[in-house]
Amino acid sequence: MNSAATKISTRGLNVFYGDKQALFDVNLDLRRNQVTALIGPSGCGKSTFIRCINRMNDVIEGCRVRGKVILDEEDIYCDDIDVVQLRARVGMVFQKPNPFPKSVYDNVAYGARIHGLADTPGELDEIVMTSLERAGLLDEVRDRLSDPGTGLSGGQQQRLCIARAIAVSPEVILMDEPCSSLDPIASARIEELIGELSENYTIVIVTHSMQQAARVSQRAAFFHLGAVVEEGETSRIFTDPSDERTRDYITGRFG
Amino acid sequence: MTEPRAADARPNTLRRTRAGKQSLARRYAAERRFRSYGLLAIGFALLSLALLLGSIIHRGLPAFIHHEVRLELHFDPVLLGIERATAPEAFAFADCEALLRASLQSFFPEARERRARRELFALLSAGAGFELCATLAAQPALLGSRGARSLPLSSDADRYFKGEVNAALPESERRLSDRQLAWLDALAAAGRIERRFAMRFFTGGDSREPELAGVLGALVGSFWTLLVTLLLSFPVGVAAAVYLEEFAPKGRLIDLVEVNINNLAAVPSIVFGLLGLAVFLNFFGLPRSVPLVGGMVLALMTLPTVIIASRSALLAVPPSIREAALGVGASPLQVVMHHVLPLALPGILTGAIIGMARALGETAPLLMIGMVAFIVDIPGGPLEPASALPVQVFLWADSPERAFEARTSAAILLLLTFLVAMNLTAVLLRSRFERRY
Ligand SMILES: Nc1ncnc2c1ncn2[C@@H]1O[C@H](COP(=O)(O)OP(=O)(O)OP(=O)(O)O)[C@@H](O)[C@H]1O
Ligand SMILES: [Mg+2]
Repeated sequence: MNSAATKISTRGLNVFYGDKQALFDVNLDLRRNQVTALIGPSGCGKSTFIRCINRMNDVIEGCRVRGKVILDEEDIYCDDIDVVQLRARVGMVFQKPNPFPKSVYDNVAYGARIHGLADTPGELDEIVMTSLERAGLLDEVRDRLSDPGTGLSGGQQQRLCIARAIAVSPEVILMDEPCSSLDPIASARIEELIGELSENYTIVIVTHSMQQAARVSQRAAFFHLGAVVEEGETSRIFTDPSDERTRDYITGRFG
Repeated sequence: MTEPRAADARPNTLRRTRAGKQSLARRYAAERRFRSYGLLAIGFALLSLALLLGSIIHRGLPAFIHHEVRLELHFDPVLLGIERATAPEAFAFADCEALLRASLQSFFPEARERRARRELFALLSAGAGFELCATLAAQPALLGSRGARSLPLSSDADRYFKGEVNAALPESERRLSDRQLAWLDALAAAGRIERRFAMRFFTGGDSREPELAGVLGALVGSFWTLLVTLLLSFPVGVAAAVYLEEFAPKGRLIDLVEVNINNLAAVPSIVFGLLGLAVFLNFFGLPRSVPLVGGMVLALMTLPTVIIASRSALLAVPPSIREAALGVGASPLQVVMHHVLPLALPGILTGAIIGMARALGETAPLLMIGMVAFIVDIPGGPLEPASALPVQVFLWADSPERAFEARTSAAILLLLTFLVAMNLTAVLLRSRFERRY
């Protein structure tokens, strides 16, 4: 294992919802500045896994996490880790676009404001503009910055959420089925965006579309019943899976 | 279009069999019946409401009108018993009644003997002299001059002009004698009787004389009481709701608290009054009859309502908003303050307004802590003895004078107006800030 290339690694990760175990001993390495796709049938624990990386599971009643999640050689489940700071480093884009019911500008500016990233209004403008630009949304909303973010189209809203996530300059972006509520054209835009973003960010994406996983990711991990069955280069996983279950899933035999 | 054959296997055969037709007809009939029951129920409710409102308005409207008599007065210092040069305070001792008596006497010189004179002067309100003195104190220059002034009639005389006195009854069964009726008719014939809007009803405190009694004292009392209630129950209620909904670890203890809050919301209001009496008055020794204590008692009563409404408003904020804020690294407190609370605010305000409306109409707990006293002065703050609007209604409804009947209904009308206004605000708030996420 090459630690310089690894951004996040999990060791013996077990997650329980009450008495029900959702993840079983997951050991996974996610590489720096690469896109890792998490695939697998519904209910296999992909969302659970991705939510462990920014400790979003903390807010779920009765959810317990055992094991280690190491981000840059630090165990994020250590007691002396500040969850708020962690979430500023590990941003998240959700399945359903969830912009705040505020203006487009305020949506993007919010994170920068609460973390005090800008000292002057000019700096804040700068952050908002570059974030929108990077999310590929700026041209569409340039003269609608004070309109409510909820008034945008679904695809625009999702890109707004991406802009909001990158405005706090995270190191990692987690995306849980970011395209599942979007039409193919909007999805294509997001995929393109993911490709561009991976130059600067470590990206973990959950997707149900094999084609999408193949298009955007360098590496892929196949989850089944709460465990990682297979993990490796996307091209290899899709062309030459070593596990029976992976092959069945990819060829559409189940899932 | 040709008639389909019986063997024609179309999916919807139900309509064409006899049993199918019957069941369809039954279903339609049941639906019609159900709808008419609903309409009937709504009609009944509306009718009752209309009857209630109609009778209150019918009975209350006369209270907004008052008849006055215009008298020629000579502000004679000798008659008033004061010197021309005295200070304004002296007007407090001036015998303004004497002016009125002299004026009436000159109008009806035939009323000479004692009883006749007493009956004659009884046509004027007992407060007419006070009002005159107040005018004099405000305008000392009037002293020595002559002029015409409008002065309130007594409530009995007023009711005569409103057609509420039956002159056909035998004299002994009326509050006004034949002689008094004749004088009133004479005054009316001379064009001396004026029909006025009863400003006193809105500017006066309570009084033993119906024509002088006003709601302002009770209104101001209600205002101070509700202000205290709002200042106590709103922040406490919202804070409690936010803690319970957003921060408290779910468990037995919180369940217990929740059950108790729901129970408190159903406790009869008089129990809160007894509690206030025992704790605030007897234990802490706070003064009786003051809006501060009334407001504290009503705050206790309103608190569960505010908490329950706030909790459901907080619950209605979608979790995706919380996740979004947490996801960009907002602390739990920031999530609540920046996102959840602003979104829940319309719902919280609606609940608070409805709670306040209930507090405004509440009588029983205020009786317990002594806000039922006869108080003439307009309360200047939450620590001065006061009554409240619904208590005033209670007091007037209990008064023997016939003219208080109209005042009672008029005060109820005022109370209802405030309640409707508050509830309307709540509805507007809700529709205006309807969920935008
Ligand atoms: N809040 C929760 N409480 C209890 N059980 C949960 C909760 N969230 C998820 N689970 C369970 O954990 C398991 C994994 O769920 P998870 O959401 O991680 O699956 P997933 O791979 O993301 O599925 P999908 O592709 O449908 O989104 C499932 O069996 C699910 O029922
Ligand atoms: Mg999922």
